[in-house]
Amino acid sequence: MKILVCISNVPDTTSKINFTDGDTKFDTNGVQFVINPNDEFGLTRAMWFKEKQGATVHVVSVGGPTIEPTIRKALAIGADEAIRVNAEPTDGFFVAEQLAEVVKNGDYNLVIAGRESIDYNGGMVPGILASLLNMNFVNTCISLEIDGENATAQREIDGGKETISTSLPLIIGGQKGLVQESDLKIPNMRGIMMARQKKLTVLEPIEALNATADTKFEKPTAKGAVKMVDANNVDELINLLHNEAKVI
Amino acid sequence: MSVLIYTESENGKFKKNAFEVASYAAEVAKQLGTTVTAISINCEENATLGTYGVSKVLQVNNDSLKDFNAKAYANTIIEAAKAEDAKVIITSSSTDAKYLAPLVSASLKAGYTPNVVATPESTSPFIVKRTTFSNKGFAFTEIKTDIKVIAVSNNSYGITENNTTASVEDFSVSLNDTDFSTKSVEVDKVVGKATIADAEIVVSGGRGLKGPENWGMIEELAEVLGAATACSKPVSDLGWRPHGEHVGQTGKPVASNLYIAIGISGAIQHLAGVSSSKTKVVINTDPEAPFFKAADYGIVGDAFEVVPQLIEKLKEFKAQNT
Repeated sequence: MKILVCISNVPDTTSKINFTDGDTKFDTNGVQFVINPNDEFGLTRAMWFKEKQGATVHVVSVGGPTIEPTIRKALAIGADEAIRVNAEPTDGFFVAEQLAEVVKNGDYNLVIAGRESIDYNGGMVPGILASLLNMNFVNTCISLEIDGENATAQREIDGGKETISTSLPLIIGGQKGLVQESDLKIPNMRGIMMARQKKLTVLEPIEALNATADTKFEKPTAKGAVKMVDANNVDELINLLHNEAKVI
Repeated sequence: MSVLIYTESENGKFKKNAFEVASYAAEVAKQLGTTVTAISINCEENATLGTYGVSKVLQVNNDSLKDFNAKAYANTIIEAAKAEDAKVIITSSSTDAKYLAPLVSASLKAGYTPNVVATPESTSPFIVKRTTFSNKGFAFTEIKTDIKVIAVSNNSYGITENNTTASVEDFSVSLNDTDFSTKSVEVDKVVGKATIADAEIVVSGGRGLKGPENWGMIEELAEVLGAATACSKPVSDLGWRPHGEHVGQTGKPVASNLYIAIGISGAIQHLAGVSSSKTKVVINTDPEAPFFKAADYGIVGDAFEVVPQLIEKLKEFKAQNT
């Protein structure tokens, strides 16, 4: 099995979000970047396939040279090789077309991406990629087993989960559940040292459709002050919810 | 050309988000000077869409589409879009809709934008407002392609009546085996209970509840309010509650009318995930809990004392107000 894990370089989940250049750009000042959490669950599952089923695992990311520390982290966790497509990932369609090219040339039969990146939340790369490559596709994937060419996956649905039977070649949009939070690997020193020697190929982008563009950003408006209610006066809370907020 | 919407249904009945998508689309169609056509799969009440501004319903009755299948459903929508020469295709932001929308987008070479919270800022260029950075911000996104696909954020536009008479036409699709190369084997789903995705009220518990054995009162409170239950990330990581209940940046987003957080301190990732909820109530023993700053109403107190009282008083309130 040859696995490609698609990772996105995103602000750490604790980041405060600010915009700059007249609210047209995300302000990266002081922001720590990490592997997108939805992708990291998938990367960790890929490591399991490597250890238990002898899979080869490559990682790919689309971005400028500044994303290389994040790619090296994926190599330190245990991926065998990495590819960086040297282009700003400004649109999901564009990113999916770049990744499709990498998948075609690398002959991968399992592609693991995250359900969405936690920054731009497009949630479209795995689906568009699956459609471009005509591969089977499971989104919001919370469990994946591979047996030969057959795959059994579970996906989260509104109010529960669904078990799906399918086959390779397959692409998934993964999320928490693929592995548990406690299974996530922190790279050790040996892994970090080895990652420095591993192959990181830089590819130039292909011509592709830029279907969307973010023209401007805005922060949510600040909330009014909280109204405190005495713990022994829940009647007052019910009154406020009914008459003021009108939600019950 | 028309605006095409995908209206979701289950067991022959429309889901609530179908009416919200229709209401939203009616306004978009007005901006574009056109009408709304719906594609509806195995639903028995198609004419009701007229109430929300739909002029035409393409109804598909096909046994092979009995279970949701992203690829087969996407191909049905694509065929309808071609037949209608649709330039704007609108879905909800449900898990199923977000599964199939990118497939529609790819096939039609159409730009796609999910989590849209308002009708277009302008239609030429076509710019929509959507949530981004996991609800920590908004983006105004231009879709530059001839055909546009957008997914409307749940509970963002609301349901508005817009009386129209909907003509209902049969629509048949040709599907083949490759459309069904992923097969649903089993669905494990809560029935008869509100889900986080579509609930108007969500009751959520955190580590302050001390253990999974104390969730009885959360469930009882949710039942009194007809609410869905949810939890914070640590609670799902500890295995106290299923992952599907985890709300926040890496879990599910919540966009309910009322969100009640009990024993949740309010980490930035949690606040991001629930920020689209309209009214937030926080019950916490710690007056310094960051969640109070993001709340509309707060009670500093012990959940084990406050919640049982709240349940009793709400039962009385419900008895008087129904």
